[in-house]
Amino acid sequence: MTRALINAPKTARRGEIIEIRAMLAHPMETGFRTGTMGKAIPRDIINRFVCTWNGEEIFSADLFPAIAANPYLAFTAVATDSGTIAFAWTGDDGETRTAETEITVT
Amino acid sequence: MTGRAPRLLAGLLAACLAGSSAPAGDMLDKRSGADFMSPENRAMQADDMSNPGMFAVLDGEELWNRPEGANGRSCAGCHGEAATSMRGVATRYPAFDERSGRPIDLAGRIGECRRTRQEASPLPHESPELIALTAYVAHQSRGMPISPPQDERLAQFRENGRRLYERRIGQLDLSCASCHDARWGERLGGSVMPQGHPTAYPLYRLEWQAVGSLQRRLRNCMIGVRAEAFAFGAPELIELELYLMERAAGLTVETPGVRP
Repeated sequence: MTRALINAPKTARRGEIIEIRAMLAHPMETGFRTGTMGKAIPRDIINRFVCTWNGEEIFSADLFPAIAANPYLAFTAVATDSGTIAFAWTGDDGETRTAETEITVT
Repeated sequence: MTGRAPRLLAGLLAACLAGSSAPAGDMLDKRSGADFMSPENRAMQADDMSNPGMFAVLDGEELWNRPEGANGRSCAGCHGEAATSMRGVATRYPAFDERSGRPIDLAGRIGECRRTRQEASPLPHESPELIALTAYVAHQSRGMPISPPQDERLAQFRENGRRLYERRIGQLDLSCASCHDARWGERLGGSVMPQGHPTAYPLYRLEWQAVGSLQRRLRNCMIGVRAEAFAFGAPELIELELYLMERAAGLTVETPGVRP
């Protein structure tokens, strides 16, 4: 189950710079820790984040084990067209978690 | 002239009464742990969209509405909307439990409700589900002042809690009071020692990278002074919480908090 918190404005003027903030609930297990009986806990992190605006990629990031649990990314974009801002987080498990939000540009 | 003396006497009497009714650990300048945090951490707690503790609250909301156990009832099935039925509840816990004749904390009450009303399997201490439900219920009291119940039956347990708070333990021979009463505001290594008021539990601790309970935090401190920590759910930890809540009376609930 994807549990994400997205903070982006619902409306914007054309050409306005908006801030988009996205946080995903994820343990970001580094693979360097050991659990009970000294057994290594396998690495399980989100390694790729992509944000698209009406299907066009506007921001992406590679994530590494040093990033804390519940990765939080904040970035800015220029509001061009109304539509859907979509977010995708891909993990070591091969699964992609998605979330999206609507924006109206006037 | 004649009126002044009795008035002065009354004033003195009131001052004496106020002095005697205040608990031993009462502070004049009570401050939440949030006051000692960096501006960045305070901002993280203040914004629900960047506070990772909100994930636990959202999970808790889902669990609140999910039917569980043998009779297939959800928390909402009896209690309805948590926003109204659970408002202010966390400000009054730990409370006296009639069945066991002892104080019970919020997580313990949720566990009891699960066992007796839902007839569901118990949730282990510190399990994500129990933390989430506790966070969701406590979140409904956010912004309300902590107001411990004035129940006579709790007095002896609260007194036990105070004794535990003031007792030196561990190889470092420190009591809770050694730091949180005598030296709050000073530094221990790189971090500021707060007054130790449990206003924001369950909270997201950056060191844990997870949401945890007050009991987890208390155990951390006990391990820190190299003492043998009480087990999760131990009566001593609940007595300590009872005293800490009395000590924090009047401060506002912040659940889910963020702490370094």
